Amino acid sequence: MTTLLEVKDLSVSFDVFGGEVQAIRNVNLDVKKGEAVAIVGESGSGKSVTAQTVMRLIAMPPGRIKNGQILFEGQDLLKLSEKDMQKIRGNKIGMIFQDPMTSLNPTMTVGKQISEGLIKHQGLSKSEAKERAIEMLKLVGIPTPEARYKQYPHEFSGGMRQRVMIAIALACNPALLIADEPTTALDVTIQAQILRLMKKLQEQLDTSIILITHDLGIVADVCDRVMVMYAGQIVESGTKEEIFANPSHPYTKGLLNSLPKLSQRKDEPLIPIHGTPPDLIAPPPGCGFCDRCPYAMNICATTPPEVTDLGGSHKVRCWLQDPRAQSDKKTEVGV
Amino acid sequence: MSKTLVDIQGLSKHFQLGGGRVLKAVQNFTLDIKQGETVGLVGESGCGKTTAGRTIMRLYEPTAGSMIYDGVDITKLSKRQFKAYRRRMQMIFQDPYASLNPRLTVLDIIGEALDIHGLTHSKAERKRRVEELLELVGLNAEHASRYPHEFSGGQRQRIGITRALAVQPEFVVCDEPISALDVSIQAQIVNQLIELQKKLSLTYLFVAHDLSMVKYVSDRVAVMYLGKIVELATSEELYDNPQHPYTQALLSAIPEPDPSAAREKERIVLSGDLPSPINPPSGCPFRTRCPAATEKCAAEVPELRETRNGHWAACHYA
Amino acid sequence: MNTPDMMRDDNPFAPLRKDATAGEKITRKSLTAWQDIWYRLKGNKLAMFGLWVIVAVVLLAIFIPVFSPFSHDTNELANKNAAPSWTHWFGTDNLGRDMLVRTMTGAQISLFVGVMAAIIDFFIGIIYGAIMGYFGGKVDEIMNRISEILYAVPNLLVTILLLVVMEPSLTTIIVAMSITGWINMAWIVRGQMISLKNQEYALASQVLGAGHMRILFRHLIPNAMGPIIVTVTLSVPSAIFTEAFLSFLGLGVQSPKASWGTMISDSIGAMTLFPWRLFFPAFFLSLTMFAFNVLGDGLRDAFDPKLKK
Repeated sequence: MTTLLEVKDLSVSFDVFGGEVQAIRNVNLDVKKGEAVAIVGESGSGKSVTAQTVMRLIAMPPGRIKNGQILFEGQDLLKLSEKDMQKIRGNKIGMIFQDPMTSLNPTMTVGKQISEGLIKHQGLSKSEAKERAIEMLKLVGIPTPEARYKQYPHEFSGGMRQRVMIAIALACNPALLIADEPTTALDVTIQAQILRLMKKLQEQLDTSIILITHDLGIVADVCDRVMVMYAGQIVESGTKEEIFANPSHPYTKGLLNSLPKLSQRKDEPLIPIHGTPPDLIAPPPGCGFCDRCPYAMNICATTPPEVTDLGGSHKVRCWLQDPRAQSDKKTEVGV
Repeated sequence: MSKTLVDIQGLSKHFQLGGGRVLKAVQNFTLDIKQGETVGLVGESGCGKTTAGRTIMRLYEPTAGSMIYDGVDITKLSKRQFKAYRRRMQMIFQDPYASLNPRLTVLDIIGEALDIHGLTHSKAERKRRVEELLELVGLNAEHASRYPHEFSGGQRQRIGITRALAVQPEFVVCDEPISALDVSIQAQIVNQLIELQKKLSLTYLFVAHDLSMVKYVSDRVAVMYLGKIVELATSEELYDNPQHPYTQALLSAIPEPDPSAAREKERIVLSGDLPSPINPPSGCPFRTRCPAATEKCAAEVPELRETRNGHWAACHYA
Repeated sequence: MNTPDMMRDDNPFAPLRKDATAGEKITRKSLTAWQDIWYRLKGNKLAMFGLWVIVAVVLLAIFIPVFSPFSHDTNELANKNAAPSWTHWFGTDNLGRDMLVRTMTGAQISLFVGVMAAIIDFFIGIIYGAIMGYFGGKVDEIMNRISEILYAVPNLLVTILLLVVMEPSLTTIIVAMSITGWINMAWIVRGQMISLKNQEYALASQVLGAGHMRILFRHLIPNAMGPIIVTVTLSVPSAIFTEAFLSFLGLGVQSPKASWGTMISDSIGAMTLFPWRLFFPAFFLSLTMFAFNVLGDGLRDAFDPKLKK
């Protein structure tokens, strides 16, 4: 499979009063054609900043890209002019945001919002764009698309609006779709609908997807590969089978442990991750997870760990993989 | 069996929307909660679970129904008489960012609970008591002088818990206490709540939309749909043997963090959206989305009835 | 495996000894909300310029009349309509009075009127608005209707009528402006109360058993202070302008006292011959209004939590 998107060594900071928040630090990731990749992490881990940087949606200032490259179809997006970038945004890369209530323009009909991009990017005529927009509404499962075309966003429910967002994002048949927490604002039963739709469309249209989420359940459902982010870095990556069967970073393991299984009883306590994530205005000198890690060693507090290749596509950024670390500890984490 | 602490009978809360429209947020809500028990209340947004919790706390005046708390019907009490009950029943809120006044220090936020009920008699005693309470939830004295915005979501939620516990209540309504928190923090808060329940013998009404978490913390679970309880059972029973088709769909929609389970699981994906509670469907509220709906469902409202021992469901076919 | 060497503290791969609360540390410096707002305001150059201009005008208004050899009513009829010079920096007017001193005593009057009107608006507006917004329902409906009726009466008409009934004086002007001036503030406070009273911290206080007074004064009004302060700041220049306008029409302070408005009114006829008589009061009036407006805008931005990171 060919690589569609490659992010190399990307660092983004925000200048705020009192210093620099290092939102993401040396992030590397790649997305292949037709693949669905999940970026998992909690709020403040840098997952949304990564996605927004790819779309060049970071406000600068206060944002600042310190180093790195974003190669999309071989072209460095960071070097493009804003005008050239507009030809990519919404055309070759589509995006869905978390909140379907605020990401649609309330003063424009839904149909117009879909066809706008088609006219601009694909040079379609008004009637062609309308035809295609109705086709898109049908594709994302909106009943009576001809009537819905003329309606305004407030006439749609939350789940329906998210469908419209997907229709807008996919209208120009983009090579890549970035979905930033697309189902977080939705109810479980609606979430199931939207996820099923995204999976179906991915297969049908052969679009690559970057799915940003904090919900490991969704990841297991939809994605092929997973990147786990913590404190602005990717701490573990691999196929979903590798990650779920053999979580190797203590944070990944902690995340999986802190979710209750449906079979778990009240007298078996959950295993939480203690403490809170570090403030990235002063990232810890060593590993970002050190303060909360039950296996932390002296070196973790002082020196940042390098990436270790665990075979396959499984990579982890942790000192426990170092041959000098005690082997009994390693197995404790590994299983 | 321990005694019933809270006995809610036919509680309803309707909101007048103007233009003669009425939003029936909660209808005929009947639930008993025993001392030391945790009852979970689940449902999707707009199903009325938060309104139910708030009406129980008398933040809203109920439209109909009664609520017997420890033998006394508190819906009949005057505001003044009710104040004594404020100490016995407390609430933990959903949004750790909105539930703490940003202009006050943690000392004053928690201290307010002590001030209102005159629980401490000097500044020094007040400060000491707040610090003790903070330690109970794993924070320390140094945190007392800080402002809410300096804390993370999990820490703030613990401050909110501390405020509720400052008056030493026996019954606590937890209104989605973890849904705004990160996954790694949710388990901290849930463990904390369970630990505090054991230590202080608390009774919880745990309102949430996250079924796996509700199942884990609750002894019994009530499922709400469009303002009504549609199923009530012990949590084991509900998850092993859901009777109402809505509960079945909810359970099947939970994404599980396990790829092999995800692949095997046959999902019941409900079609359509939640109907508007202003204009609910006739008969069974769930019939518009129910895969097994019949004509009877449109014509008759199913009553909540005991289908098995201790298992209640509001479905004609359960 | 577990060699003794492995367990020594200086071994980089030995387990790290941590404080149990290591994960609960707060690394960022403690800032109260007000400090935070001040730092954001400091970053806004235009707003800071406004602030310094206001401070400078206030200081000049206080000290120039004290230290100047002239007073605002010293006539030098021999030296009337003199152009700016080393003795009279701003020149003199048609009665030979020093324009610098008169501009600064005018500043005293204009600023006094502006600040007094703003303070009165502040108190009436907050109390009225808080009651409307917090209690809602019938109370809100009736009180809101009253304020709407008052607002519908032309402001100027009320003022002019009042000035006819009462002696034209500073007090009259302030009273006249305050009759309708507080309405805007009341509406802003009302809106704030309506959105804040459903915030969870207000509900939490209610659940704890707090009374209305505590909820209003401890929780709601302090959190509405941002928009309130912005409104106050912006109502000062509008009061100054109204006073100037009334004085221009001859309804303001009476000679020999002068506000910027009366000075402008007096000089308008001689505008082409002695432009400095118009220029200085007009310049200070515009500068002060501009300063209050940019400061108000800056405060609005500084209070806006959306810009907070």
